[in-house]
Amino acid sequence: MMSLYSRRIWINRIGITLSMVAMSLGLIALLWILWTLFSKGFAALSWDLFTQDTPAPGSEGGGLRNAIVGSGLILLFSMLIATPIGILAGIYLAEFGRVSKFAAFTRFMTDIMLSAPSIVIGLFVYALFVATTGGFSGWAGSLALALIAIPVVVRTTENMLKLVPTSLREAAFAVGAPRWQVSLKVTLRAVKSGVVTGVLLAMARITGETAPLLFTALNNQFFSTNMSEPMGNLPVVIYQFALSPYENWVNLAWAGALLIALLVLAVNIGVRVAFRNKDKR
Amino acid sequence: MSDSSVSAGIDQHARQVRKFRLQDRLFHHSTQLFAFVVLATLVGILVSLTIEAWPSLKEFGPSFLWTNVWSVPDDEYGALAAIYGTVVTSVLALLIAVPISFGIALFLTENCPVWLRRPLGTAIELLAGIPSIVYGIWGLFIFAPLFADYIQPPLQALLGDVPVIGGWFSGPPIGVGILTASIVLAMMVIPFIASVMRDVFETVPHVLKESAYGMGCTTWEVMRNIVLPYTRVGVIGGIMLGLGRALGETMAVTFVIGNANRINNSLFAPGTSIASTLANEFGEADPGLHIASLFALGLVLFIITFVVLAISRWLISRSMGSEGL
Repeated sequence: MMSLYSRRIWINRIGITLSMVAMSLGLIALLWILWTLFSKGFAALSWDLFTQDTPAPGSEGGGLRNAIVGSGLILLFSMLIATPIGILAGIYLAEFGRVSKFAAFTRFMTDIMLSAPSIVIGLFVYALFVATTGGFSGWAGSLALALIAIPVVVRTTENMLKLVPTSLREAAFAVGAPRWQVSLKVTLRAVKSGVVTGVLLAMARITGETAPLLFTALNNQFFSTNMSEPMGNLPVVIYQFALSPYENWVNLAWAGALLIALLVLAVNIGVRVAFRNKDKR
Repeated sequence: MSDSSVSAGIDQHARQVRKFRLQDRLFHHSTQLFAFVVLATLVGILVSLTIEAWPSLKEFGPSFLWTNVWSVPDDEYGALAAIYGTVVTSVLALLIAVPISFGIALFLTENCPVWLRRPLGTAIELLAGIPSIVYGIWGLFIFAPLFADYIQPPLQALLGDVPVIGGWFSGPPIGVGILTASIVLAMMVIPFIASVMRDVFETVPHVLKESAYGMGCTTWEVMRNIVLPYTRVGVIGGIMLGLGRALGETMAVTFVIGNANRINNSLFAPGTSIASTLANEFGEADPGLHIASLFALGLVLFIITFVVLAISRWLISRSMGSEGL
């Protein structure tokens, strides 16, 4: 018969051990995925990836040039749409919306949009844009990704602006600056790096988004910089190639997955390293 | 200074103030307009999906939700198989993810050496940063074959003959299927649940924990009897957030669920989810009832996730103070 004391000690030991097991499971999952990506992706990595277009079914060689350029353009324009909208909406929530009911409601909805299923956003843009203007296009893809990025930018901008001490605002008001100047030239500038972080994280978030592009940008097996037409992009190419029976295509899918993952992880790690000293936690 | 120049100065100042006030009002309302964009998107999604889904909603009525037919040749559609797959994979994913997330949060807040806290926390957050399509191809090419060779046969041998639950593990071990999708989903939602749990665990006042430790409680007892009761609301909010994420996850599930539009008792059998049906069929859907029914599926998914996420955010913000995350 175990004494109460040693039973409690044992329960504690088991609990702590299980929590360590859980932690290691998380780490194993991360390392396993990364290791697979590197070993499979590096094998397929070559300069051809960046200089040649996606190959025809069953043929050898080829690269991902059209998809990389397409993804770049779609991302660029979606961030050009999302950044100003997100920052201004964030300013509203932080500077004007501390007590307003409308702002509280918007904040709540923004939080929901952060986790809303991205495929539904794709359906929405399809109904709104693709079906009405008659065709899949790079613009539609940019719009869909922008709608996903906006809530991320809004919330990081707002959270950053809230860290600005009220005294800084009061100092600016005291020398007679109007509110818009205080917001744009004082508080926003004070948290510039934080806002840039938010924009970068939003970009990382949409880089790998596949579902919303399936029904908007579609895909294009040829090189194109025309945003009004279907446009090749990495996520959709990975999706189609990975599920194909051609070995060459599957290898290219792994290389594409490695490129996307490297970009996303680099942004995520870079942002955290840059903010190590500013972030208290 | 003469009187006239003073009054001119005052005039000029008044003009300046009026100008500033006008600019400020303009600035206020234009930022408000951009905040409105987010709300407009939400309403727009609901309205446009309803309009596009209308032919299907009219044809099938509410029975769309509990009809187990999905036949393009017969032009008859019901959402039951997709809803079943979505709910079963998400709930199973939570059953796996919640204990692991709890363990991770417990380790990071109570047991981890301080110098390891940041790197380990970052590693778990990176798991959330990996795009879902990467989970998809990893799941299909690496995890599913291993699962079919090394995990499904022993599970079948162990539990296959047990009454009732034996049926869950029947059928050929082909790797892809409902259970595989649940496991991959679990990996994807663990970082979200763990991060909310960690945040709410840190809101527990130190005095409360210290007094329990002072009475001689073990870490486990402090966790069970102090931290968990104190943060119950937030923990449930975190779990709901994971559920919302899992319900709407598309690419990873599409790769590993097997994409068979039917309901099968076995968890080893291929199935489908709302999101994976959309990803598979929408691009080549026939205009008319087929595409309208797909929009109806999207509408169902949006409403379910919206409700789950709304509850989650409400619980989390209640637990974290006024602002939420």
